[in-house]
Amino acid sequence: MIFNEEFETLPREVLESLQLKRLKQIVQKVYHTVGFYRSSYDQANVKPEDIKSLSDLRKLPFTDKQDLRDNYPFGLFAVPMSNVVRLHASSGTTGRSTVVGYTKRDIETWSELMARCFAAAGLTKNDILHNAYGYGLFTGGLGAHYGAERLGASVIPMSGGNTKRQIQILQDFGPTAICCTPSYALTLAEAGAEMGIDMRSLKLRVGILGAEPWSEKMREEIESKLNIMALNIYGLSEVMGPGVSMECAECRNGMHVFEDHFIVETIDPDTGEVLPPGETGELVFTTITKEAFPLVRYRTRDISRIVTDPCRCGRTYVRMERVSGRSDDMLIIRGVNVFPSQIEAVLMGIEGLEPHYQLVVDRVETLDTLEIRVEVSENIFSDEIRGLQGLEKRIRKDVKDYLGVTAGVKLCEPKTIQRFEGKAQRVIDKRKI
Amino acid sequence: MKVEQISIFLENRPGALEGVTKVISDAKINIRALSLADTSDFGILRLIVNDVETARKILKEKGYTVKRTEVVAVEVPDRPGGLHSIMQALSDKGINVEYMYAFVERSGQNAIIIFRFEPIDKAIAVLVESGFSVLPGEKVYSM
Repeated sequence: MIFNEEFETLPREVLESLQLKRLKQIVQKVYHTVGFYRSSYDQANVKPEDIKSLSDLRKLPFTDKQDLRDNYPFGLFAVPMSNVVRLHASSGTTGRSTVVGYTKRDIETWSELMARCFAAAGLTKNDILHNAYGYGLFTGGLGAHYGAERLGASVIPMSGGNTKRQIQILQDFGPTAICCTPSYALTLAEAGAEMGIDMRSLKLRVGILGAEPWSEKMREEIESKLNIMALNIYGLSEVMGPGVSMECAECRNGMHVFEDHFIVETIDPDTGEVLPPGETGELVFTTITKEAFPLVRYRTRDISRIVTDPCRCGRTYVRMERVSGRSDDMLIIRGVNVFPSQIEAVLMGIEGLEPHYQLVVDRVETLDTLEIRVEVSENIFSDEIRGLQGLEKRIRKDVKDYLGVTAGVKLCEPKTIQRFEGKAQRVIDKRKI
Repeated sequence: MKVEQISIFLENRPGALEGVTKVISDAKINIRALSLADTSDFGILRLIVNDVETARKILKEKGYTVKRTEVVAVEVPDRPGGLHSIMQALSDKGINVEYMYAFVERSGQNAIIIFRFEPIDKAIAVLVESGFSVLPGEKVYSM
């Protein structure tokens, strides 16, 4: 089902001329309203007037996560705060998270995009959606919520956690669709089975899953355990939140990028060179309709591939393959984005801790686990058990408070964390997704 | 009246203790008393040895995290109720024991209890006032 037939099936040449018109406007706007873009374009010796075709986009410099941090919290907003009606933020220690803002129209756009996603998943106003994305600063919960309301479906604003209660609601309210991370879908399936509930006989028929990397194998597992169709959704808070691209229920073969609102490019992450469609590289997005927080050529660090073949569903958008990895060291733990540098910042905030640490990421059953290994130096060594346990507790609490992720802590003997050429290997990712 | 103890941080894994005993053995250091406190992940090995400074230095050189701690050694008659009389004296004065361990003297007449108190000086005063025999470090190191 197609929510916005007119825009989602525009002939390519009409879509591209719409993109060009919107791109020109957004480049003018950021150049004249956001200091960062003006100085960045002046430095690159490029003017908004130089954008005469879509391929001229590559003349503009990239924007990356560091630029967002440097302009924390509101430095990249293109409208006065009086026009901003909503703020979201990624997890991060103070000053290092990224903050995004939305005008009233941005919220309307985002709601429509999410409504398009739900429609692509086959939902209508007759569906009941169990929304288990976290509500709060994270864009997942509210993004999905507004989209479902826009479609007219009934939303259960479940948010994350409290698995037993979630299973109760799934049984009692009989939702027909669920939104959550793929690993949480599996957690629900397994917890329900343990409680002796036949999770295959619930009314659920479709899952709109995303916010973390997953695989076709996980899809099969979720589909068989919950007896649903599992669909992949993509988004990131910087660009909008969930709803940047979505698989269609008809083909389930790549996520349609809503190109009337975003321009997607693939680049070589090392050289920054734009790659032709079909080649694997880092995704770069330009928002062409956002008002409060427009982004031009934002490097997502997500590795994927763009497919231009037409899709049977009738949408004329390009599709992106499922994200296969990252071009930086960002970890996604149970849907929360975490950089090793953020964990280091938290550890360094604890008096006496030395910068010898290692992060071990694994997936136990269906849940991601993060273990922080810290070497015990003389400064923090207490000869009483409770002293060391207090330290473990403090690290766990600080990581949870600042980064929103639950971690285990393992205290290690000095010099036991592997070092390569004097430099420690910071992250060991054992997950087989 | 205080005894110096060394504490060593150990991970809970096979071979962790053996590493320490080898270092101590190679340095020809004699262990007088020991206790091992453990959790599922790590342990703290507490030792009273004949040569505290050498033991500390050599373990540190070998890369261990080592700490010197002051503890109190109290002589207890090796008979029923011996320990209880000490605990009662401490309890009456509201003194908290962080941890303790015991060993028996070579002659077999007395047991020695090693206590870790906070604050240590007040605890020593209470024990001495109550008539218990608090042993000086030198005596314990050379037992």
